[in-house]
Amino acid sequence: MSDIADRVRKIVVEHLNVEADKVTEKASFIDDLGADSLDQVELVMAFEEEFNVEIPDDAAESIQTFGDAVSFLEKAVN
Amino acid sequence: MFDLTGKRALVTGASGGIGRSIALALAEQGATVALSGTNQERLAQTAEAIKGESHTLTCNLADRDAVEALVPAAMEAMGGIDILVNNAGLTRDNIFIRLKDEDWDTVIEVNLTAAFKLSRAATKAMLRQRWGRIIQITSVVAVDGNGGQGNYAASKAGLIGMSKSLAKEVATRGITVNSIAPGFITSAMTDMLNDKQRQVILDDIPMARLGTPEEIAAAAVYLSSQEAAYVTGQTLHVNGGAVLV
Repeated sequence: MSDIADRVRKIVVEHLNVEADKVTEKASFIDDLGADSLDQVELVMAFEEEFNVEIPDDAAESIQTFGDAVSFLEKAVN
Repeated sequence: MFDLTGKRALVTGASGGIGRSIALALAEQGATVALSGTNQERLAQTAEAIKGESHTLTCNLADRDAVEALVPAAMEAMGGIDILVNNAGLTRDNIFIRLKDEDWDTVIEVNLTAAFKLSRAATKAMLRQRWGRIIQITSVVAVDGNGGQGNYAASKAGLIGMSKSLAKEVATRGITVNSIAPGFITSAMTDMLNDKQRQVILDDIPMARLGTPEEIAAAAVYLSSQEAAYVTGQTLHVNGGAVLV
């Protein structure tokens, strides 16, 4: 488990108020974790703040699952 | 009540009339204000009348790049944004069949599209802080219509629909979005009316007088306040009873 994944999971757990073990790689924020579309935008904003990166809108829209977020951020940060 | 100490407000159209009064009233309650308008000299005059912290940001809302830059500039000047008052507006009146495309476009661009862009930018910042107040200055003609103002009425009715939609989206995030619909308010525009025109207007107002910019500003102070936290998506009509909806 990467450090980035841990930090992303922490944000997701806090923001969506879900159990950490529900936040699996394939877990969709909207379909599996109860997010609405505004939650999804706010998650992306929280990722931007946590990792000090800018996530453009088209990239943000492609981040649908926990795994998507981690792989995007691993690339963006490194 | 209605203490705005520590709040940071951007007011568009702050050079004169209603916008100036709103800026002064928010500042009076303790808010830091960023005054936006096209006329730097008049903005500076408004700023001079404010005892607390204020900033002037010249911006032509018909210029899309300038609109995009306004909220970031206000946030940089004030260190953030808590209150946005979309007050700026213009008219290009004509009877409907004589209404030119460009007069339609200009009015929609400045009154509605700029308000959309500023609201969008401000909402993003307000989401992060889980607190915000967005206020659109619309008009009685948005709900009652007015011959000769098809473009203006459309832009103002658009603001109401836009605000209601945004209000629903962000209601759980501590952000309220409301509209104020002034009736006939004393201004440079109403000063140009002749006695007969003025009398025709007064005949339709139960209070038999025009409103004042300060009476609109008081509504803006209320909607900006913590006390108005449970009020969202509403249109507050300040019109002396002229139109009751």
